[in-house]
Amino acid sequence: MQIVARAIHGWTILDLSGDIDLANSPAMRKALLGEIKEKRTSRVFLNLKNVRYIDSSGIASLVEGLKASRDLGSRLILYGLSKTVREVMQLSRLQKIFEIYEDEEQALAS
Amino acid sequence: MESNPAALGLVRAAVERATEVLHFHEEESRAIVRSVDEALANVIRHAYGGKAGCPIEVTCRHLHGTQDGSCVSGIEIVLRDSGVRADPAKMKGRPLEELRPGGLGLHFMRQSMDEVEFSRKKGKNQLRLVKYLAPAAPAAAPEGE
Repeated sequence: MQIVARAIHGWTILDLSGDIDLANSPAMRKALLGEIKEKRTSRVFLNLKNVRYIDSSGIASLVEGLKASRDLGSRLILYGLSKTVREVMQLSRLQKIFEIYEDEEQALAS
Repeated sequence: MESNPAALGLVRAAVERATEVLHFHEEESRAIVRSVDEALANVIRHAYGGKAGCPIEVTCRHLHGTQDGSCVSGIEIVLRDSGVRADPAKMKGRPLEELRPGGLGLHFMRQSMDEVEFSRKKGKNQLRLVKYLAPAAPAAAPEGE
């Protein structure tokens, strides 16, 4: 898995690619919580367009990020979910809990 | 395999290939792969407490047999580990209404597989996962190939 951070309008986009599983979800969690809790970024976008797989540990990290952003009054926004990632969100009944958009343009305009 | 999270990708690829060979639909194939991945992650995290280098036996076989004159076919994946004895009472997942991290792996397995069976045999934890090609027939007495 790769994580690349981009800054735009004072917000951060984390471009994720590859598989998010037990081996690398800690790295995603660290990057995500770093933006939300340490840098206090008001909007953090996760670009999941190139994520082929996500397991429950990855979902747990997303939930942790969402709770942290709610606590701090910031926003965590997801976009570009593949069929596989959408399935896992639905199985977890989280698709209506997260802010999810089709693509970057929609996400940034939200 | 060993209880190394880096090995999970390899197992996912192997299970995916096996489901393709058995002609599972894409959605079912993803569900089977997800279940095996979650089961292995649970073994690594809970049975072995995150310790790498411990043995996990993964066997995969094609189930085939007949029921009521119809052919029944499916896939059986069995995981065995020598870690801490799993407590079936704790293997219940959690209510999905609660927004909190964790506890989803077992839920994924139970939603996706036709059979999820835990047992303890000869000092080892054993998890048996079965998915039948439609129509599902959990009562069939399958024969190994």
